[in-house]
Amino acid sequence: MTTIDTALPQTPTAVRREALYFALRNGKLLVGLGVILILLGTAVIGPVLLGRAANDYVGLPMQSPSSEYWFGTNTFGQDIFVQFVYGLRTTFEVGALGGGIAAVIGMAVGFIAGYRGGMVDEVLNMLTNIILVIPTLAVLLIINAYLGIRSVGVQALFIGLTSWPWAARAIRAQTFSLRTRDFVDLARLSGMPSRKIILREIAPNMSSYLFMTFILLFGGSILIASSLDFIGLGPTEGVSLGLMLQNAHQWSALHLGLWWWFIPPGAGITAVVGALYVANVGLDEVFNPKLRET
Amino acid sequence: MSLTVTDLKVYYRTLKGEVKALDGISFSVADNEILGLAGESGCGKTTLGKGLIRMDGRMKHIGGTVELDGETLPIGDDARMNPYRFHKVSLIPQYSMSAMNPTRKIGKMVGELVRSRGVKLDRDELHARLDQVSLPREVLDRYPIELSGGMKQRMVMVISTLLNPSLLIADEITSALDVSTQKAVAKALVGFRDAGFVKSMIFITHDISLTYQIADTIMVMYAGKLAEKAPAHTIVSAPRHPYAQLLINSLPEVGVRYADKRLSGIPGSPPSLLDPPSGCRFRDRCPLAFAKCAEEEPPAVEVEPDHFVACWKA
Amino acid sequence: MLELHDVTKVYKVGAFGGKTMTAVDGVSFDVGTGEVVSLIGESGSGKTTIGRMILGLTSLTSGSITLDGAPVKPGKAYYRSVQGVFQDPFSSYNPVFKADRVLRMIKEQYFPSVPDWDDRVEEALAAVRLNPGQVLDKFPHQLSGGQLQRLLIARALLLEIKLLVADEITSMLDASTRIDVLNLLADLKARGLGVLYITHDLSLGNYLAERTVVLRHGTVVEMGLTEKVFGDPLHPYTRQLLSAVPRLGSPWEEAAPADGCLYHQKGATGRLLAADEGHFVACAGLDDCGGPAA
Repeated sequence: MTTIDTALPQTPTAVRREALYFALRNGKLLVGLGVILILLGTAVIGPVLLGRAANDYVGLPMQSPSSEYWFGTNTFGQDIFVQFVYGLRTTFEVGALGGGIAAVIGMAVGFIAGYRGGMVDEVLNMLTNIILVIPTLAVLLIINAYLGIRSVGVQALFIGLTSWPWAARAIRAQTFSLRTRDFVDLARLSGMPSRKIILREIAPNMSSYLFMTFILLFGGSILIASSLDFIGLGPTEGVSLGLMLQNAHQWSALHLGLWWWFIPPGAGITAVVGALYVANVGLDEVFNPKLRET
Repeated sequence: MSLTVTDLKVYYRTLKGEVKALDGISFSVADNEILGLAGESGCGKTTLGKGLIRMDGRMKHIGGTVELDGETLPIGDDARMNPYRFHKVSLIPQYSMSAMNPTRKIGKMVGELVRSRGVKLDRDELHARLDQVSLPREVLDRYPIELSGGMKQRMVMVISTLLNPSLLIADEITSALDVSTQKAVAKALVGFRDAGFVKSMIFITHDISLTYQIADTIMVMYAGKLAEKAPAHTIVSAPRHPYAQLLINSLPEVGVRYADKRLSGIPGSPPSLLDPPSGCRFRDRCPLAFAKCAEEEPPAVEVEPDHFVACWKA
Repeated sequence: MLELHDVTKVYKVGAFGGKTMTAVDGVSFDVGTGEVVSLIGESGSGKTTIGRMILGLTSLTSGSITLDGAPVKPGKAYYRSVQGVFQDPFSSYNPVFKADRVLRMIKEQYFPSVPDWDDRVEEALAAVRLNPGQVLDKFPHQLSGGQLQRLLIARALLLEIKLLVADEITSMLDASTRIDVLNLLADLKARGLGVLYITHDLSLGNYLAERTVVLRHGTVVEMGLTEKVFGDPLHPYTRQLLSAVPRLGSPWEEAAPADGCLYHQKGATGRLLAADEGHFVACAGLDDCGGPAA
């Protein structure tokens, strides 16, 4: 090949710019990210704009959706849209916090076990398996009921501390196979310390995988939190999408035909988790230069 | 004439367009002939091998015909090609090491395979052939994982030729083997031909020295085209195409030392087959290229009996 | 310069490491300054393990490897003198990053503040006959195998190393580019570099090396000056290998029969005996074995 390509400026920013170029042309990523941003925006800014507390009694009970009450009102005359917006906020908090804690523990354990191997791997693997076989929901029930701690933060902490094992196992397996690749040896031959090799050689190779792990943990936290809320072990203060579902169930919304009471929180949970997944598939295509080419 | 290929064109469909992996190639293989197919990666040799028996989903038959024992093979039609496979044309794939079902004992697998082709397994014949490649009969009671690479390769050879196909295609079957195993496998191939299990054979490899050991005729391909085809000793001792000359001169031989005789490679790299250049495809790397090479594509000319060269200077 | 003394590597295999497998068994040889030594063996001969032990990527079970008298100590200082290039050029590069990152890694680790870095890169690329415009700022899959391997050699040259371990670096290259990479290794000698060229291909080893070491099942069966090992092979295994090499222009012939040498009988570890100056062969020392008498 005698043609000399026009040389691009050789800077790290060029690499990032290239990723951005492909990101902006990926439909899945844009749609998924768009939905998440809209919901996140609603959750963050919504409560400020609404200027009301979530559980204010605003009007007549059991109103169907109208221009005044977008999602209608419940049997107590509370505005369901306001509750939805506050609930969404709680949901994102639980997801980010619980998923974040689980992701950090899972990655640390998975990377170290997979990269080090040997004794370290065996000890960490045993720990992982112990946590894995503990019936998580039952423990959460007992702890929640016993300690009676009912803040969103503590709920997220419990979820985070118990939901990391499968992520650790998956990351360990990936690390295991990546560690035998020649480029890891080459990094060692460049005198890079293990920590750097994990963070800069191995992790970027599974960045989309890590992101997917985080998404699943994020979604999983939301689902566990919703389940806890639904069976009445949610936070006593405030409102969440799970609590809304619990209330709707408790006050027979289904039988009374108040579909606007349970559809929005259910759809909200689904939309958050679904959009994250779609965005992840798109990200995979962006980050993997080989997928781009063909 | 056992096999006659006329102006065969097979392209790969990709998102960027069609890759002209095989762009008009004509040759023939006689009965009892072993044709060695040599060339670098991406020259179309594997495409040719696959094209003669099974195209994968991305391959498209653009034109040309393949005639085997007087019959035209419907190579573009996967379903109609089926009756010919295994009976008339058989392939030993590049990764035949992993071509065997790991959960079945080999003997059982062979039986199932042969039955699926509507033939009854002749045990004595199978045993005779195992003897031919010096495999113990006990291998039939073992699982593929228990065999070494060379043994697996020979087992696959026995399986592929069990129905005495007219044409056997062996695609890089020795490239993962050690030299001594390689020799045994290559010799077994020749033995199959001598015993009449297969009528003719196409032996695909990147290693010309190995091809030379077993092939009667060697065909050198470059960028989807035939560069030169001649009897093995002619290609090696008196190549006419500049690519074949340079390629053969770049091979280190046992006995050739860097200090005594510095060999050199061929500068440059093959053209992209998405949009191949006009004229001769080797001209960018060719020391002999002149104006005509860019204008007109050199046809494969029979410069002497059984010696074809596609070069204006030959 | 580099000396291996009685190097042995035993792997634990099977469940709970109950069984052992000796990959390398009492190997001793040396590589001098400005010398190319080829290490020849078939699969399972332990040649790659020896390369990895020299590079400090695998630990020794017993014996010693020393560079200028000092034992191998994996780390920045050692890798400044000893570098490696591996078989699969595509696996040697982290697929998510551009290929020239291997050069930047060297700068980061060793020369963070060298003002004329770009000149040094240019010089190293020139030494491996690469055009900077064609290889810099490209992803690995946009480059050819030959270009990638030469880029790795350039990377090693940036460190002004004493020894390069080249493990099967041409086996995945096409014939027309392979010889150029080999010539490059030979040229490194002129810079005073020692090269350990590990290969299964006898003709390549023969082309390049001053001295040759033939390995079988983890032990040295024959070693010495290349012209003696190849010109007058004494060990039956060497003869068998040589006779199996396909040669252009001369058909295969059968190997000279292996007379009653004990090398292939169980338990014969084979001491290395001097056959003549600069030529050693492993042999049980029996009178009728065809080798030199003890």
